[in-house]
Amino acid sequence: MGHLRGKLLPPALAIVFSMLLCGVALVISGANPLSAFGAMVTQVGKGSTLVDIVNSTGIYYIAALAVAIGFQMNLFNIGVEGQYRVAAVIAAVVGGSIALPPGIHTLVIIVVAALAGAAWAAIPAILKVTRGVNEVISTIMMNGLAIGLSAYLIRRDVFGELRGNNIRTAEIPESGWMPGISFGGGGTMFGFIFVAIALGVGYWVMMNKTRFGFELRASGESSTAASAGGVNAKKMVLVSMLLSGAIAGLISLPELLGRDHTFSLNFTAGIGFSGIAIALLGRNHPGGIAFGALLWAFLDKSGLALDNVGVPREIVTIMQGSIVLSVVVAYEVVRRFELAAEQRRVGRELGTVGGAA
Amino acid sequence: MITTMEEKPHVPAAPRKRKIPGWAVGVLGVAGAIVLLSTTSYMTGFPQLTSSGTTQTAVRLALPILLAGLGGLWAERAGVVNIGLEGMMIMGTWGAAWAGYQWGPWAAVVAAVVFGALGGLLHAIATVTFGVNHIVSGVAINLLGAGLTKYLSTLIFLPLSNNPRQSPPVTPFDTYSAAGFADWLGELEAGQRVFISDVAGILRGLVTGVSPLTMLAILLLPLSYYLLWRTRFGLRLRSVGENPHAADSLGVKVYFHKYVAVIVSGGLAGLGGAALVLNPGQLSYLEGQTGGRGYIGLAAMIFGNWRPGGLLGGAALFGYADGLQLRSGGETVLGLVYGVVILLGVIVVWQLVRRKWFSAAAAIVVAVLLYLLYVSLDEIPSEFVSYAPHMVTLAVLAVASQRLRMPAADGLVYRRG
Repeated sequence: MGHLRGKLLPPALAIVFSMLLCGVALVISGANPLSAFGAMVTQVGKGSTLVDIVNSTGIYYIAALAVAIGFQMNLFNIGVEGQYRVAAVIAAVVGGSIALPPGIHTLVIIVVAALAGAAWAAIPAILKVTRGVNEVISTIMMNGLAIGLSAYLIRRDVFGELRGNNIRTAEIPESGWMPGISFGGGGTMFGFIFVAIALGVGYWVMMNKTRFGFELRASGESSTAASAGGVNAKKMVLVSMLLSGAIAGLISLPELLGRDHTFSLNFTAGIGFSGIAIALLGRNHPGGIAFGALLWAFLDKSGLALDNVGVPREIVTIMQGSIVLSVVVAYEVVRRFELAAEQRRVGRELGTVGGAA
Repeated sequence: MITTMEEKPHVPAAPRKRKIPGWAVGVLGVAGAIVLLSTTSYMTGFPQLTSSGTTQTAVRLALPILLAGLGGLWAERAGVVNIGLEGMMIMGTWGAAWAGYQWGPWAAVVAAVVFGALGGLLHAIATVTFGVNHIVSGVAINLLGAGLTKYLSTLIFLPLSNNPRQSPPVTPFDTYSAAGFADWLGELEAGQRVFISDVAGILRGLVTGVSPLTMLAILLLPLSYYLLWRTRFGLRLRSVGENPHAADSLGVKVYFHKYVAVIVSGGLAGLGGAALVLNPGQLSYLEGQTGGRGYIGLAAMIFGNWRPGGLLGGAALFGYADGLQLRSGGETVLGLVYGVVILLGVIVVWQLVRRKWFSAAAAIVVAVLLYLLYVSLDEIPSEFVSYAPHMVTLAVLAVASQRLRMPAADGLVYRRG
């Protein structure tokens, strides 16, 4: 019971704190926080907002899973951002230049995206295991390079073409699309959402029911204990980084296969960093991540309604940022509190410490 | 971890005597760089490589990187990894624009420092007081900084500039040039004489159109060095980054020094933001203006092995590559590749003299590959030139990560016992 409270209390506190913070910010800037919140909630029922939220949740979910695999063993894959960008442009180029029967075409695109993401993650992984390069720095650098590579690949003299004011890759033929579920005026839900759910289930099974997942978590808890227990640290870094990169490669596929069918300048950037925040919020747990992704998607999509009530919708980005920061602080405070309580309890049972520790 | 343990037996085997002082290495480095550039410019026929215009642009572009890197240096010397530099820099750009369009450039500088320092304070509270993982807090601050400035820009700049992503124009600093000296250098540069014209071009770029902010930034480097390496305060601050427990046992206020370091770090990053806003080519806040320069500052610091001199070298190199691309396009940058080939040639000779056969062979292979690249391409695609810092950093980390030495307790959460 106390265990569950320790897990649920910090995110709840963080969300309440962030709401208060943003409320105060709104009051200072002369807006009514309650009407702003009301507008966000009613927005869910309007037009395609609900379906947009579900779609966006799926995308964030995949991103956070990719980050969480690294986090499980204290590996900071800041490079999810770059990995999914590179994967998106390569998948779009390959998908747009081949002709295959429906189904197989889609499958090939998915595999290519996963491989491209893994390959981009392989560089920092190899640098880490062979040269001891810190993965945070190398993945940050790889993120920069990914922007350069994607900009180069969609140049008109490389793989790009000019359509209107937009430069983009050749459109993927219909055989490579992934059908969604249409709700008429309510929008179309991406078919890839089901893949995201499957990934979540697969992640849970891998972490809790397989030897690899056990070794991964063991390395995260204590790398020295894990190596003493016969876990090959280098192999774990390499495999988990590649896996993280492969999943990161799938992030852009819901949009690529379900809506855009091309990689263009309008590419949605920044999901990798949101994924980091959501993985932190959900504590790397597949259920927690789902909740975090839903919250992020709600803030993103319902935030559009804020413009109607005269509040800049960017307030939701402040809210997201403050949620991450306060949730990590809250987790740490609760952890320390529980540690102190534990010490007091042990002290009481052993009779070595008096009433107040 | 593992690799360092494997490498360990090699370290005591070669006790190298270092008789050359740090400043001499710096002077030699600068001289070497100038010789290399002028040789390259002579061989490839690109006078732009050492023209005053290129140098001037390079200084302007190196400034934010230098300041962000200095910010990183302060924080990491006290043992706090600061990925949040980017977010603090963004806050600095907003602060600079907000104060700058109302009260002029000096107000912009002050506001930028204050805004950046607020970001630093937040990072310090999270990492030092609450013991949050440094990377996590940094990522959160980057998200928060971007969100906060977007919100504030929509709120405050939109009614003024009719654009939520841009501020009204900011009054620039007056710039100063060493008039007579610069003219004389200009004559020399125009003479197109080998080496002399190159040196004159670079010098002229350095003394033309200098703003007070440039001078301030360049003064902050030796000042940081003095404070961190030559004062009691600096010794304590660095001891906190090396071994906080030992420092604590000697009565050093660990939390206090970490707080000061991270707040200064944020202030410097913010000042880097002001350097972007007050850049003569821009003169306003623009969303996405920092473009990852906070990260590049971090990279410059790592390139410089957590030392101010090396940091200056890194910032100059990255700023130069960017400036060259901006001034004269991809084909001149290709000239730089030729320069790297020459540099590798020198390294090969050096490694052969030292009988390091493996390193020499590796350098030869890289040199040949780069030379083939130089011959086969017409220009470096502009998309990649902006990311030269990233490639250089990865290469430096891959080749020299064993020899780089970061503060021993860098990135570790310290909790008072």
